Amino acid sequence: MSEFYTSTDHFVLVPALLLALFGCFVLLADFLVFPRPKHRRYVVILVALGEAFTGAALWRQHSFLSAHDLASVSAFHGSLVVDGMSIFFNWIFIAAVLLVALVSYRYLETEQEHRAEYYGLMMLAQCGMFFLAAGTDLVTLFVGLELMAVSFYVMVGFLRRDKRSNEAAMKYLLLGAFSSGFLVYGFSLLYGLCGSTRLDRIGEAVTERGPFDPIVFLALTTTAVGLLFKVSAAPFHMWAPDAYEGAPTTVTAFLAVGSKAASFAFLMRMFLYPLAGARPAWEPILIGVAILSMTVGNLAAITQNNLKRLLAYSSVSHAGYILLGLVAGNETGIKGMAVYILVYLFMTLGAFLVVVALRRKDLAGEDVDDLAGLIHKSPVEAVLMLIFMLSLAGIPPTAGFIGKYFIFLSLIETGHYVLAVVATLYVAVAIYYYFRIVKSMFVGEMTDTVPLMGGFGMRIALGVTGVLTLLIGVYPEPFLQFAQTSLGR
Amino acid sequence: MTMTSVPLSWYLILSAVLFTLGVAGFLFRRNIITVFMSIELMLNAVNLSFVAFSYQWRQVDGHVYTFFVMVVAAAEAAVGLAIILTVFKNRATLQIDDVDSMKN
Repeated sequence: MSEFYTSTDHFVLVPALLLALFGCFVLLADFLVFPRPKHRRYVVILVALGEAFTGAALWRQHSFLSAHDLASVSAFHGSLVVDGMSIFFNWIFIAAVLLVALVSYRYLETEQEHRAEYYGLMMLAQCGMFFLAAGTDLVTLFVGLELMAVSFYVMVGFLRRDKRSNEAAMKYLLLGAFSSGFLVYGFSLLYGLCGSTRLDRIGEAVTERGPFDPIVFLALTTTAVGLLFKVSAAPFHMWAPDAYEGAPTTVTAFLAVGSKAASFAFLMRMFLYPLAGARPAWEPILIGVAILSMTVGNLAAITQNNLKRLLAYSSVSHAGYILLGLVAGNETGIKGMAVYILVYLFMTLGAFLVVVALRRKDLAGEDVDDLAGLIHKSPVEAVLMLIFMLSLAGIPPTAGFIGKYFIFLSLIETGHYVLAVVATLYVAVAIYYYFRIVKSMFVGEMTDTVPLMGGFGMRIALGVTGVLTLLIGVYPEPFLQFAQTSLGR
Repeated sequence: MTMTSVPLSWYLILSAVLFTLGVAGFLFRRNIITVFMSIELMLNAVNLSFVAFSYQWRQVDGHVYTFFVMVVAAAEAAVGLAIILTVFKNRATLQIDDVDSMKN
């Protein structure tokens, strides 16, 4: 019990260790191995290697759990855990980092800011995400969150000479630090409730005191504000449109899927375990936030002309849908959240990849009009974008439909009929603005003839996201199984 | 010891007041550096509340947590000031309202 670093501790920590090691190694390799800027793109191979090792460690954890028929393995005196949820989310992070890294080198070369720090920061951010998915203690969760957030602040401002990138980084930093303040204030009260930073002890104290005890309620609301900021749910979404628009597009993609998934892992960990006893207090709050997110996200997206800004508002509305799974709170709802986050990874990443491809030498390629006539210029990208848009809108037979289906099913199962109707109505609004993009691609007149950004990495990343967005839609069983076993507690 | 000590609730009220001042500063001040300082005030309010609770429970966990909060605040300040510096280099202003080029 008093041992400092046991083999169990090591077993649980390995993926994070590998990520931190490779993150630092990438930084060193930059000037030791690849001194010439032209060769810097080979750093992506190092990233892939690091992810392969992390994946292997994760696979080892997974097979250990299933071989011994364990639900979870806890380490470091209960501050880290390996369970289905941590493994599920870590696979998502690996996929996100690999797909984004594959398209980053061409993009950053176009922006003339291709530096290896970018990849190092990506892996360090992923290391923070690991702790968000696996942490069961306020300390690990907070430090993991900040590791991820600080890495993202730098990445968002990576285009140092670009005014918009500076501005986005500044806004993201100020609002991110502000929300962390709320979160950690809530944490201090949660600690005060029971004198422990471990989530299980906090859970006992919260249950004992009841949801409407003033301290519990204050702790709950401040923690919830911090968490909802991170998942960019309305009314705490103001940073998202600016940060998404100003950041380099590859970072926007990583921010939209990686940071969002990690924050949802964190949110689920908090609300399903220590705050579960306070459900009567937070359920109405989450219902309000979910409805507001769908309203603000869908209505604000209608008038946007900048694709990144439009997708930012669309991601706000998706956060609303995912929160509905937590409101329902039954097994279908939790599974629905996991499936939705998995589906969201591929469809949102895919849509952002097309935006990345639109960036060419002297063309920003960020507006809806830049997609005009894409079907004549690059039919493959246009058709893939159509698939991503159909999926984001939630139309069968794409993956987005499967995600929404389980959320709606869980709402009906738990008797939230009004919420289910409202959520369905907003799908109709969403179809309108997603189809503005489709209309522009298929009907609009071509505004330029410069070919899209291509490259080996882009082709692979687009192919993987496109195929999976369709595959999850037409043959969802294995993916549902994956989500089910992950969250079978 | 028969000396009467300051009750826990006083510390908590002070911490809540400091936190609220930080939030108010964040929302109403227009200079980026002042806004950033307001965030530091919020984090220090949190530290006070951690230490007070830690004393109440007669343990060190809360004390240790304040070190983590300080380290994180230092990291955020390092990155944050660097970002503010690049903003200033490109725009020669530190007023929040002037740094607002992205709007639809």
